[in-house]
Amino acid sequence: MLFGKKLTLVKKRGLWGWVFIAPWLIGFIFLFAAPLFQSVLYSFSELKLSPNGMELNFLGLTNYSNALMEHVDYNRTLIEAVISMVINVPLIIIFSLFVATILNQKFRGRMWARAIFFLPVILASGVIASIESGDFLQSAMMQAGEENTGTGLQSFELESMLIQAGLPVGLVEYLTGAVDRIYEIVSSSGVQIIIFLAGLQAIPAQLYEASRIEGATGYEAFWKITFPMISPLILTNVIYSVIDAFTNNEMTTLIQTTAFQQFDFGLSASMSWIYFIIISVILMATTFLISRKVYYQSE
Amino acid sequence: MRTPAKRMDPARANRLQNLPVTSWFHLDRIKKYSWIIFRALLIVGLSFVILYPILLKVSIAFKDKADIYDPTVVFIPRNFTLDNFQYVMDAMNYVEVLIHSFVLSGGTMILTTIACALAGYGFARFAFKGRNLLFGLVILTILVPPQTLMVPIYLLYRDFDLLGLIRLFNGGEGVNLIGSYWPFVISSITGMGLKAGLFIFIFRQFFKGFPKEIEEAAHVDGAGVFKTFFRVMLPNAVPAIITVMLFAFVWQWNDIFFTTMFLDNAKVMSMQLQTVGATIAYQISTSAGGGVGGVDPFYVSMLVNTSVLLGILPLLIMYAFVQRHFVESVERTGIVG
Repeated sequence: MLFGKKLTLVKKRGLWGWVFIAPWLIGFIFLFAAPLFQSVLYSFSELKLSPNGMELNFLGLTNYSNALMEHVDYNRTLIEAVISMVINVPLIIIFSLFVATILNQKFRGRMWARAIFFLPVILASGVIASIESGDFLQSAMMQAGEENTGTGLQSFELESMLIQAGLPVGLVEYLTGAVDRIYEIVSSSGVQIIIFLAGLQAIPAQLYEASRIEGATGYEAFWKITFPMISPLILTNVIYSVIDAFTNNEMTTLIQTTAFQQFDFGLSASMSWIYFIIISVILMATTFLISRKVYYQSE
Repeated sequence: MRTPAKRMDPARANRLQNLPVTSWFHLDRIKKYSWIIFRALLIVGLSFVILYPILLKVSIAFKDKADIYDPTVVFIPRNFTLDNFQYVMDAMNYVEVLIHSFVLSGGTMILTTIACALAGYGFARFAFKGRNLLFGLVILTILVPPQTLMVPIYLLYRDFDLLGLIRLFNGGEGVNLIGSYWPFVISSITGMGLKAGLFIFIFRQFFKGFPKEIEEAAHVDGAGVFKTFFRVMLPNAVPAIITVMLFAFVWQWNDIFFTTMFLDNAKVMSMQLQTVGATIAYQISTSAGGGVGGVDPFYVSMLVNTSVLLGILPLLIMYAFVQRHFVESVERTGIVG
């Protein structure tokens, strides 16, 4: 169609493929690849903005060493970001898989429950979350509510009970900490619940039927059927959660303020590159570790 | 009434026959019912956790100023009032901000959806050299934090130039697009908007799972590639489209990163919400004449809560409408990897 009859049908369709991805490709080259390259360049230099353009002085690794060795907050923020990711992501994954399994069962009012559980996808991003955390009338009211009801959303009793029962203190603190941060966890697992739910619905029902006939309990069916079948999505969700945990935290705020309030563009670029490299290392490590356990159904 | 009962009968009779006389104490039943109760408690409890902040905001928003200091008032206001809404709507130019936000979020939503649907279809259905590599690059766009590209992108739009064309006509100067909606238009039409990589991924997965026969049938009937795409593929991709549109709209609506970067002083909801506390405090202090120190922090907080409620209200209303489709679409989107 484009170049006459010389092309085979396959090649022609290939060309149409390029047509379809053309807008994205243009965007990728000009709005992603080029800026990415420039960003590397900036991270090695000093960028000065002046009314008649900009000036770029090559500095070598100075920005990187500044960020790592001299900046007051950078190391601490970076480590905090990584730690909070390591703490939260497993909880988010377990929680969202659990909720998805429940929402996949049949019960009255399932539509309502699903609608409510997907609500955080809409509300818990960006500006609303940031206002939420710093609001004192709301926290005052929450405290008032807790005084009235006795315990509220705290888990002090549970904690002492579990420790007395002989569980390791670290584990107990981790779990009760999760209970205390339940809103945070619930609100950041909306998309993950959706992905898991879609995956659960894709598992063929005859597998469960067959296992029931063979006498498997629900517990066994979960670990022998649901879990292996859903495992590719566990990988997807871990990657998503890791990225999500890293896109909006104090680290990104620090990078932003360094660029647009202190106007140290070079330092900001080098900060973000160190950050990106650490994220990629973590992602590669987790992908490597999990993908060995992932079960892919052979087709 | 009769037919369902009739249908139930044989099964129930069968079960009664098989069970021993003490069937009510049968372990399976106890297990089943305790699970149902546990599940119900869990769902209600977690729903409460999710809805609690919203309910709290509703409760705060309808309260009168006097109710904040009344220790007997906790959740249900004694003096119902709409004053807070009135005040906040005036203070943040609510209607104007609402229109601006709708234009921005709606526009980017449509453009992003188009660009990502095209790209997703291209990656799903056409075999060309380097396809897997390019799709890997799509994934890369999801992975790289936007902060890494922030400075170069800002400079690009501050001094925008279309392959040197504008510079040619304009006497060596690019156009400053910062402060206009153009950066959003450009980045969303090219599939580089907010989380666009994820949308391309969703569309690709959806189109990949779509039966090839339908396309072939359209082709045999003489439809061209574009006609097949618009007439056959898109109407069938409604679940994926709804999912992507909802995400695109909502994330743009809530976004502060790109809006603060590209718009210096915009009347967009997310930015207004970010500064609304300071604005209200300033307004109260100037109208009362007591200076910033004389501002009652609890009153400001009450108004901020009201404004956040107003900010998310359009989203909640929209969600109430598309929720059914959205929840259903999840089942058929096959976001599954």
